[in-house]
Amino acid sequence: MIGRPASARVVGLHGAVLAALLLLQFILPAYHHGILTRVMVLAVYATGYNILLGYTGLLSLGHAMFFAAGLYGAGLTVYHLAWPVPLGFISGVLAGLALAAIVGFLALRTVGVAFMIVTMMFAQAFYLLTLYCADYTRGDEGFVLTQDMRRMALGDWTLSLAEPVIRYNAALLLFGICLIACVWWVGSPMGRVLIAIRENEERTTMLGYHTYAHKFIALLISAAMCAAAGAAYGLLFGYVGSTFATIHYSISPLLWVLLGGAATTLGPLLGALCMFYLVDILSGYTTAYLLFVGLILVLLIVWFPKGILGTLRERRLQWLP
Amino acid sequence: MAAVTPLLATHDLSRHFGGLVAVDHVDLEVLPGEIRALIGPNGAGKTTLVNLICGRLAPSSGTVFFAGEDITHHPAHVRVGRKGIAYTFQMTSIFGNLSCADNVALAAQRALARAGGRHQTRKHRRAALSASITEALDRVGLADRAERRAASLSYGHQRLLEVAMSLALQPKLLILDEPTQGLSDGEIENFCHLVKAVVTDATVLLIEHNMPVVMALADRITVLHHGAILAEGTPEEIRANTAVQSAYLGR
Repeated sequence: MIGRPASARVVGLHGAVLAALLLLQFILPAYHHGILTRVMVLAVYATGYNILLGYTGLLSLGHAMFFAAGLYGAGLTVYHLAWPVPLGFISGVLAGLALAAIVGFLALRTVGVAFMIVTMMFAQAFYLLTLYCADYTRGDEGFVLTQDMRRMALGDWTLSLAEPVIRYNAALLLFGICLIACVWWVGSPMGRVLIAIRENEERTTMLGYHTYAHKFIALLISAAMCAAAGAAYGLLFGYVGSTFATIHYSISPLLWVLLGGAATTLGPLLGALCMFYLVDILSGYTTAYLLFVGLILVLLIVWFPKGILGTLRERRLQWLP
Repeated sequence: MAAVTPLLATHDLSRHFGGLVAVDHVDLEVLPGEIRALIGPNGAGKTTLVNLICGRLAPSSGTVFFAGEDITHHPAHVRVGRKGIAYTFQMTSIFGNLSCADNVALAAQRALARAGGRHQTRKHRRAALSASITEALDRVGLADRAERRAASLSYGHQRLLEVAMSLALQPKLLILDEPTQGLSDGEIENFCHLVKAVVTDATVLLIEHNMPVVMALADRITVLHHGAILAEGTPEEIRANTAVQSAYLGR
């Protein structure tokens, strides 16, 4: 059910998912442990994307710029200015927010295909900017955040984000916060208005809502989550490069969300997880793995346009948020 | 007689679409608490006029006053959300994928926010919202369908849901654009009772083609012809007006 406070069932399901993720780290072999860490960070990215695509009905083709803004906002300050990790993370999120404010101010005047093109162009400009500023970003080649840079003091302890255990739990913490925020937000009055905008924007205006302002706030929140994912990605895995600003990284969250189920809270995690393993397994057999990914997506769109959880919600579990 | 401030007043209001004059220098005054019917042949400019009033269209010239305030340059969401003008669409416009309760909730939470509900506790707010939803659905007789998907309702019930959404906005002025279109006779009768009940706390501007409904409900009638006001008066006066008869009633 949308637009109302989470029921006990909903709280239970999300609690169980987070608990399962917490326990999995003790069971999983090192390889899958590493993959799941990455998937959780990417799921944060997808969750942010889903707020705009799934709940507000705005299809952006430029979200890589928000991911990359977070990545560079954290990476550059930690690398060049030797900022401590938490400050770097915050500066990454703020960079994403600032970029979203500028892009949103202009792009939200358009809708539909025009919005896709405008966001894609902004993202392309951002990508070129990361190449242009190669003195600082080292462009395509990127730069590595050394283990020393990724240590942070917590009271008397020093946590190294290069350690798998720390990495896993940091990713889980971030994902947990974003997931809970998403569930809460979707059930809030504001979430209901966003869904109304997706369904019928004109009617929403005639109920007295400033739809532009609501879309702007949705974009800010979406971008903040995506930037947080980018910042975490850089800080946890220690590499910052302009590949993350390419169109490929704008399309990815779209695919994850569509696969898992747009406008479902757990769809982004499920989609990112499935896609990551799909690519991982397929690339073991063939270098043309993207061909098969594409094929699977076509089949998915034809038969399950609402994604895995969206279809499940339609057929069986109507209470799924 | 001391003049009462009209709730709604338009001064010299016009709107052209290219060379077509849809609304032509209209001076309309609606007093608080009345049911005003707006009638006229197809293409007379009725819907265009109310679109100018609720802000979905900008006028080519002229001004719109609401409760004495010039609202000509206020966007639609301000007129609806803050000033208290509710517009019920001529073509049914609801959120088909949401439940009836969610449809009404969207309107109700806007009205509560306007009334200053932000300062109350969460629990209080939620209770007020739920009460407001139930009340609005109750008034149109859809309370037992609250959890149904709006798109699964019959056409007549969808129209009533629209009205419920407008009621939940707790408007000062309720604009109903051909509300009885597609309703059965029994539903029309219930609808007339509903409008009479509404008018105790709101003013109603009613666009309607169904003459028995207009004659039964309206305190005053304004006849629009070719975008201009042809006549205005009580139902009896309008019925007796020869100009109206030739232009509209075709007699």
